[in-house]
Amino acid sequence: MKLLKLFFIIFIIFSLNHLKANNENIKNDITKNLRCLTCQGQSVYDSDSEFANSIKILVKKKLNEGLSKKQIYKFFKDKYGEWILYETELNKNTYILWLLPILIFLIGGAIVFKNFIFKK
Amino acid sequence: MKNKLSSILITFAFVFVFVLFYKGLKNTNIYTPEKKINNVVPLFTADLFSTGKKVNSIELFSAEKFYLLNIWSSWCVPCRQEHPLLMYLSKNKIVEIIGLNYKDKKINAQSFLDELGNPYKNIIFDKEGIYAIEWGAYGVPETYLIHNGVIIKKYIGPLNEELIKEIKSLIK
Repeated sequence: MKLLKLFFIIFIIFSLNHLKANNENIKNDITKNLRCLTCQGQSVYDSDSEFANSIKILVKKKLNEGLSKKQIYKFFKDKYGEWILYETELNKNTYILWLLPILIFLIGGAIVFKNFIFKK
Repeated sequence: MKNKLSSILITFAFVFVFVLFYKGLKNTNIYTPEKKINNVVPLFTADLFSTGKKVNSIELFSAEKFYLLNIWSSWCVPCRQEHPLLMYLSKNKIVEIIGLNYKDKKINAQSFLDELGNPYKNIIFDKEGIYAIEWGAYGVPETYLIHNGVIIKKYIGPLNEELIKEIKSLIK
């Protein structure tokens, strides 16, 4: 019975630890996708500026409040605009950005297909 | 005919790319912050600087009048520069000013106010800089003009005589 109790306690400690580590991972994921607006070419995760540090604290706070990744991105987008996100969402301003690579790939594929496969 | 067409197309593509890159050369690579305005006052609960009492952000800007929110810090040199202008606004009762003390030590902030005067009706104490983010701020100093709970103007950097004139004309 004692062994079972011990096992149970160890299990709880490990699972809590895992939960905390998981939150930390999500925080890192989010801050890697946020642009540090006062630095040049750095994400919030990479930067140690006042601005980036405040954002890191706020992201942690929002995660503890139970907000999802999507909700946190929306929060920052509302405050600073789309520019703060490295990975922009698909909307009418970003159609070209998202669809052009696919289009180029298709056209390239068609050219390759036509020139090399049909010629044979 | 086909060869001619493809050479025209290739030339056109080269010219297009050249013009695009040439124009890009002249663009500045320094980011200029986007001034998102017409947002409502953000909702958060923070400590007041003087009393340590918890206060709701909406309560501070509840009256139907103009408010100025000024983000400042004792370690910020441009804040020192704009402070006399804020003192002028508050002494002449032109607009009610709410301060947001950004990432500061209380003792330093208090001695800053003792030295230069206190133009603020209330000061939000933002030790971690998170409330400034709620406002969409980039750093210090920054000033927001608020009317009926809506941010109508945002000034990044220190205020100057010209901006004070602009604020006065907006309030009228």
